[in-house]
Amino acid sequence: MAEVAAQQPIVVPDPSDTVAARIIRIAGKLPVNLFLAAIGLVWLVPTIGLFLSSLLAPNDFNSKGWWQIISKPSVATWANYSNLWNSTDIPHSLVTTAEIAIGGTVFPILVAALAGYAFAWLEFPGRDWLFVVVIGLLVVPLQMALIPMFSLYNKLGIFDTVISLVLFHTAFGLPFAIFLLRNFFIGIPKDILESARIDGASEVRIFSRLILPLGLPAIASLAIFQFLWTWNDLLVALTFARNTQPVTVAIYTNLRQFGSNIDIIAPASFLSLVIPLAVFFAFQRYFVQGLLAGSVK
Amino acid sequence: MAAISLDHLTKVYPDGTRAVAELDLEIADGELVVFVGPSGCGKTSALRMIAGLEEITGGTVRVGDEVVNDLPPKARDMAMVFQNYALYPHMNVYDNMGFGLKMRGLPKSEIKRRVTDAAAILGLTEVLAKRPRHLSGGQRQRVAMGRAIVREPKAFLMDEPLSNLDAKLRVQMRAEIARIQRDLGVTTIYVTHDQSEAMTLGDRVCVMRHGFLQQVDRPQVLYDRPANLFVASFIGSPAMNLVEAEVGDGVVTFGPHTIRVDESVLGARPGLSRYAGRTVALGIRPEDLEDTAFAPDASSDSRLTVTVDIKEDMGSEVILHFAVDAIPVKTEAVAEVVTAEAIEAGVAQTHQRGTPFVARVERGTQAREGGRVELVVDTRRLHFFDLESGEGIYGEVAAPAPVAA
Repeated sequence: MAEVAAQQPIVVPDPSDTVAARIIRIAGKLPVNLFLAAIGLVWLVPTIGLFLSSLLAPNDFNSKGWWQIISKPSVATWANYSNLWNSTDIPHSLVTTAEIAIGGTVFPILVAALAGYAFAWLEFPGRDWLFVVVIGLLVVPLQMALIPMFSLYNKLGIFDTVISLVLFHTAFGLPFAIFLLRNFFIGIPKDILESARIDGASEVRIFSRLILPLGLPAIASLAIFQFLWTWNDLLVALTFARNTQPVTVAIYTNLRQFGSNIDIIAPASFLSLVIPLAVFFAFQRYFVQGLLAGSVK
Repeated sequence: MAAISLDHLTKVYPDGTRAVAELDLEIADGELVVFVGPSGCGKTSALRMIAGLEEITGGTVRVGDEVVNDLPPKARDMAMVFQNYALYPHMNVYDNMGFGLKMRGLPKSEIKRRVTDAAAILGLTEVLAKRPRHLSGGQRQRVAMGRAIVREPKAFLMDEPLSNLDAKLRVQMRAEIARIQRDLGVTTIYVTHDQSEAMTLGDRVCVMRHGFLQQVDRPQVLYDRPANLFVASFIGSPAMNLVEAEVGDGVVTFGPHTIRVDESVLGARPGLSRYAGRTVALGIRPEDLEDTAFAPDASSDSRLTVTVDIKEDMGSEVILHFAVDAIPVKTEAVAEVVTAEAIEAGVAQTHQRGTPFVARVERGTQAREGGRVELVVDTRRLHFFDLESGEGIYGEVAAPAPVAA
């Protein structure tokens, strides 16, 4: 071994030792990198456009060009954002959206994690059939439930509440969530759970001490999907919310009322876009591969 | 610590497979018993039933005086070491070892004392803060052992704990397990498919096949007095040479060879007289064949001259492969240990028809591949089995040999 290690510098010269080699290396990758950058740029154009528009004062929007934001003197202004923040309308609806999105993410994941564990590891009669039913629910389109739920919520007296929206998102998020988590949990080595059972852990302890931490990658990805879905939802909110408006509905109604009030729409849309992005980056570190590494073999 | 007793323990899976059939066994307090057999023989099912991981179809498991059939695993107070270690990947070594104690609500100070003690015994003190994925295979195995030790349980259950280690480490850990078990004096059931592991570790060894207990006894007894063809061919490496042979008057004939049967053998096996003139399975262990050069005063009626096909020089001894022109024993029991392909391969290897034989001779032997060599058979240590039933021929009748409980 020592001999091989000693020979290595001779056999494989360090590629970064000369400037020329480095230039060649970078130049070789240049076309691919340029291509990727171009695609990325195309993808970002609407977002950048939105952001730039949100920096223009309402009058400037119609008379000036976006390039004048980066020219000197710049016409850019944060006035739209401060106006938005000072009005009660949009910030309030952002809070409502956050309530719906957090509730609509936490509840289904909580229920789905428990259900997923049961479907994966607990023996009970009819388990497999029940799971097939859950899978079947995946194909039910939520539009079908809008009208019946509308009248049900009316009867229950929870129409136009955050709770009603959270419940709806929970119900329609569950089948996929259960499906995803069950399939992930079943991949956890059986021996680990049996070992815990012999170690004296109850099912509840196994769930909280083993399944949840080991299932974190799946739970994190599910959380992102569910959060984005509930955050961006317009249809469900439009149906069940009249006064408790999430931001999507607020933007939508503004659009209808004034037509040209870009000074509200642009910053509000941009804000509603940045927050889920932040959520994504916050959870991203849990997408670690090989969390199970080292446990068996 | 407690004695464990199995009474007619039976496992039938929903698909009708009978994994364990009427297993009776008394395991004394502090004893190390090994379950050994080829895969699918029911040894792991038996262990899992004792652990409480598998439902018991029939019979009872007693720990001490208590029937534990319906107790969940955690109430049985046993610790298990899994084949693949089953460490908790998101916990460090300390928490892995302390988990069971924590679940049982022991005070923190007590957990710390036990874990540090066990870590010291196993040489894990340095790695207590590491996660399993940063450990070597041997260290992971130790953590798995440590997790069992700290529990101070009534019994250790070990399910092929060494099979994922490389050969050298396996031998080392084997000795370590033996030492730890002896020092702690905890009743232990050890499952393995490796007969050498079984022989070296076990106070007693249970050989199992198709869910049935074949023989249970001290390793030496299994080796010297195998109850049937299965045990005979399973225990020992290289395996016992088995060949069809004709029993004559004080002699036994297989192929062109006729050797005298020692008086002591006839004395110990009165049942053999009933087989006079009949065909039996003759077993000769490889080490009971020796180059005549090292046993010059052996009598001429215990010798066979053969053509060496392959010579394996192990350093400490020399293994000779050759073929004997006689009918091999091909009962089901033997085929299971030495699979049919292996027999074919063995025949192909020796390039001759007949029965492949192996001899273990002194290292100074002059035998050469392709050359002739005269071997002497230790006629005091011949083994005889009924070809029909596969049972060893010992007593008055060819009934199953007494199985020590």
